[in-house]
Amino acid sequence: MIDVRNIHKSFGALEVLKGVSCHIAPREVVCVIGPSGSGKSTLLRCVNQLEKVNSGHIYIDGEDLTDSRVNIDTVRQQVGMVFQHFNLFPHKTTLQNITLAPIKVLGLSKSEAKERAMILLGKVGLVDKAEVCPNKLSGGQKQRVAIARALAMQPKVMLFDEPTSALDPEMVGEVLEVMRDLAHEGMTMMIVTHEMGFAREVGHRVLFMDEGVIVEEGTPARIFDAPQNPRTQLFLSKVLRA
Amino acid sequence: MAEHMSVVLGSTAIQNLMDIHGFQVLSSNFSSFLWGALMTLEITALAVAFGMVLGLLFGLLKLAQHIKITYALATIYIDFFRGTPLFVQILLLHFGILPWFGDYTTFTSAVVACTLNSGAYIAEIVRAGIQAVDHGQMEAGRSLGMNYRRTMWYIILPQAYKVVIPPLINEFIAMLKDTSLVSIIGVSELTLRGKLIYASSYEPAWVWGAVAIMYFIMTKVLALFGDYMERRLATE
Repeated sequence: MIDVRNIHKSFGALEVLKGVSCHIAPREVVCVIGPSGSGKSTLLRCVNQLEKVNSGHIYIDGEDLTDSRVNIDTVRQQVGMVFQHFNLFPHKTTLQNITLAPIKVLGLSKSEAKERAMILLGKVGLVDKAEVCPNKLSGGQKQRVAIARALAMQPKVMLFDEPTSALDPEMVGEVLEVMRDLAHEGMTMMIVTHEMGFAREVGHRVLFMDEGVIVEEGTPARIFDAPQNPRTQLFLSKVLRA
Repeated sequence: MAEHMSVVLGSTAIQNLMDIHGFQVLSSNFSSFLWGALMTLEITALAVAFGMVLGLLFGLLKLAQHIKITYALATIYIDFFRGTPLFVQILLLHFGILPWFGDYTTFTSAVVACTLNSGAYIAEIVRAGIQAVDHGQMEAGRSLGMNYRRTMWYIILPQAYKVVIPPLINEFIAMLKDTSLVSIIGVSELTLRGKLIYASSYEPAWVWGAVAIMYFIMTKVLALFGDYMERRLATE
């Protein structure tokens, strides 16, 4: 489904990704962990072409995103993205946040889009917030709306960029709950996260990144219980002890 | 008229005022001043209205840096009109450039010059307003599969306009004052009316004082409107 082949990415003189390759199969949930500055968010953003790679290839369903002839907007319709800071549209209601892209891009009628949005709001438990503006919502509610907004495009893959990092601790659970449901429904997901418990429980596979490369990957049990690489061991010993 | 008023008010203070030559000049030319002020407002309104269209267009072109040709065009336009005096621009357009295009009036010249000048300043206001919107908004729009144009139109611009309103009203006020410069090419707006009335009356303090007060009233009304808009946008 997603095939990343040897991508390099630099910001000026700083090389953030130094040859990263990975593969994500349909219905697979892959969690990307690692210290900050390791390039995991950049990797995710490259998959959605929010960052352009310097070299290497990214294929989604066989289509090479790095090929300039590929219409990136069409590709992005099939790749949902959830941001650390939600990025909800503050001038629109919750409902409008969700219906905007389906109406403008997919050409749904207002009533079709609304129907779809209300089902999704039900799924994330926010039906009563449909007419509310985002600034009236708590962080956890905002992130759930952001997930519903991405799902409204009926993507084949969902990318999560540290979806709970900006939340107060008591709101992390409600967002992870929604993501857990999504994983159980068979959504293909790529999740950059610091929630090790969640990665262990929901992830099918875990990638550990450090200094711009994937240092180690494997099943959650293998990565968390028997890490092979010393850098993985060091990182896990720090975060799991806390 | 003067007699009639003094009878109604019956006050000696008013009577004394009526006897002053400068005041007589003002009251007998009152409608001329009003027409002048109206012309000033007309030129300003047209210049800022067209200027907003130009400003939006060139502001967006200035942001789309990857399209080199239009970016260069926008840069040259904005730099030229912000980097030279409006006074010179009026003279250049009226005497140097508009004659090439055939039939035109001083009024046309005035509006064209003020529009081009205003457009350059508004372009910078628009650019700054768009850049003030959180970058994540563009990313969120694009990640949903909306193209740049749609995201700009439905997501960015509706948020940028809040940032843009206060400096836009400042530009309106600045332009209103600067239209006095078009008096040089003979557009009978407020300043030229003042010049003519002064020339026939030799009452500089009364005439220019009245002109200044009329400009002040107009800019004050605009400024109050600006304050009101700012408060409304803040609560939104």
